[in-house]
Amino acid sequence: MIVCGTEMPRPRSDEVVRLDDVMRHYLVGDEVVRALDGVSFSMRKGSYWAIMGPSGSGKSTMLNILGCLDRPSSGAYWLNGENVAEMDDNQLSDHRLKNLGFIFQSFHLIPQLTVGENIEVPLLYLGLPHAERRYKAEALAERVGMSHRLRHLPSELSGGQRQRVAVARALANDPAVLLADEPTGNLDSATSVQIMGLFQELYEQGKTVILVTHEPDIAKYAKANIVLKDGRILSLHGEGV
Amino acid sequence: MNQILYLWPFVRLGLSDVWRHKTRSFLTMLGMVFGVGSVIAMLAVGEGASQQALDSIKRLGSQNIMVMSVKPTTEDGGNTGSQRGSLAVYGLLYEDEERIKETVPGVTLTVPARMTRRNARLGERQLEMRVVETNPDWFEVVQRPVLAGRVLGEHDLRMRANVCVLTEHGVRRLLAAEEMIGQRIRIASGVFEVIGIVKNETGGTVRAPDSEADAYIPITTGTQLFGEANIRYSAGGMEGEKVELSQIIVKMADTEAVEPGSKAIEAVLARFHKKRDFRIDVPLTLLREAERTKRTYNIVLGAIAGISLLVGGIGIMNIMLASVTERTKEIGIRRAIGARRSRIVVQFLINTCVLSIGGGIVGLLLGVSIPLLITAFTAMPTVVQPYSLVLAFGISVGIGIVFGLYPALRAASLDPIEALRHE
Repeated sequence: MIVCGTEMPRPRSDEVVRLDDVMRHYLVGDEVVRALDGVSFSMRKGSYWAIMGPSGSGKSTMLNILGCLDRPSSGAYWLNGENVAEMDDNQLSDHRLKNLGFIFQSFHLIPQLTVGENIEVPLLYLGLPHAERRYKAEALAERVGMSHRLRHLPSELSGGQRQRVAVARALANDPAVLLADEPTGNLDSATSVQIMGLFQELYEQGKTVILVTHEPDIAKYAKANIVLKDGRILSLHGEGV
Repeated sequence: MNQILYLWPFVRLGLSDVWRHKTRSFLTMLGMVFGVGSVIAMLAVGEGASQQALDSIKRLGSQNIMVMSVKPTTEDGGNTGSQRGSLAVYGLLYEDEERIKETVPGVTLTVPARMTRRNARLGERQLEMRVVETNPDWFEVVQRPVLAGRVLGEHDLRMRANVCVLTEHGVRRLLAAEEMIGQRIRIASGVFEVIGIVKNETGGTVRAPDSEADAYIPITTGTQLFGEANIRYSAGGMEGEKVELSQIIVKMADTEAVEPGSKAIEAVLARFHKKRDFRIDVPLTLLREAERTKRTYNIVLGAIAGISLLVGGIGIMNIMLASVTERTKEIGIRRAIGARRSRIVVQFLINTCVLSIGGGIVGLLLGVSIPLLITAFTAMPTVVQPYSLVLAFGISVGIGIVFGLYPALRAASLDPIEALRHE
């Protein structure tokens, strides 16, 4: 794709995610590592994607860029109509706060905070008043079936329960995209099925979900998938393209 | 208001963090506790001491100049001429008083006094008293509340009456519970009727003119009874000194006249005294000196307190750096969720301030109670000034921010991707 001057092709209104020739190069010693080497795709609102690929394929880099934790070296990444590649650190932070919900392999709940407080963290940064935060946190816990554990610490929960709390937290800011990094990597198969069921529900409620995984069993829950290899797209198919 | 509510969860987080690491937090806070505690306690003790000094100087009268006889040092030629046998003759003369009154501008009153130590007896009770031979003006210049009876009058002076006025202190030791006014006591070779009692000045670091068990008698009576020589008998024989006046108190018209007045007195006396056998004390100058001393004292105290606070602050910074390392992952999570760097900075600053203010509050309690204990056990006056409490709080917050800034900035500068990966 050729970008000429100011005539950057803007994404269509139903494209919640769009990458135009994204490159991400690292300098390791004297050697340039091309973690992403010209990736372009777009995802429609309300679609359910899996990003796959073996380790070293550029999957983590893709996750960091999609998650606005990192910026492309070149190319454009449009998330919810804004080009992330041109943002500074504060804008990136605000963008994550408004448009993204992270779900991690090892849950990443804050151990000192209770379940309710963990869910409230994004709401706190959004500047919601105390009563509203509490009310929303309770509703979100209810949604993931964790309302009976609001006052517990994460250490008092099982893995599956922790991941439910993490999903509730990711939903707190009503994000444009839910980004899940190996969400079942630390769970047994029965619990995995339950969590994947939760994602299915969210998809059916109209959320855009992106799974980053190397497990085909998990990837098959998604409606479309991208396979990366050596920083390039090996294959891309499914609905929502 | 909204901002405060926004900060509250972080304050709670800070408090719970402090609580979780109880021992560590306690040890860290100790630095602040001692720092703030010593600031308040030292300020209180210093203020107490200096107020006491200033009070006693003020009581000497800021319009007064005290001219005192002093024995010249031998190097100063004390052995030549003036010593007849073993009788040392030196000091101020009635003439000096006249000269001061005549020549120094702005003098309103001069009070001569001769002070000797003599035994006073009442029955079998005996007490060495300072006998002040003076005139009624003394009580004009050194104003003390009269507890009973009256002070010396012109009449007593003219009649060379055998009357004395005692200080409360002397009365209590010599007369005990007996009827005081009208009692007759023996002072050296004379018998005196007690006509009045004046209040003692208590304590003080500067010698007040009547700081002890004093007996005031008319100077005319004293001259007649005791003469002007004071002779002591000791193992080696007898030694004595002849001093016409041991003190002249000069009262000036106003405080403005005090400093030039003291220079003029100096000049007048120097012309007639070959040896340096007098000393001029100006309470006003002493006052200024005391104020200067107080300032120096405060600087020294401030430096000591500053060092202990610095040490306390470094302790806090150290712990916060450890805390940042421990909480790297939490920082990563918060950044991923969308916290700006500045919010991480605020969070860690609050955490540091919780530590420093916590230490500051305990230190404040310590700093307020130590002066109370000092006053209770040593009768040393202490003054805890309200501003020192505000100061302590300000210091705590300041230390928290200054020493918390570096760890907080370090926390905020972490790369979120790296921080999330941290185990």
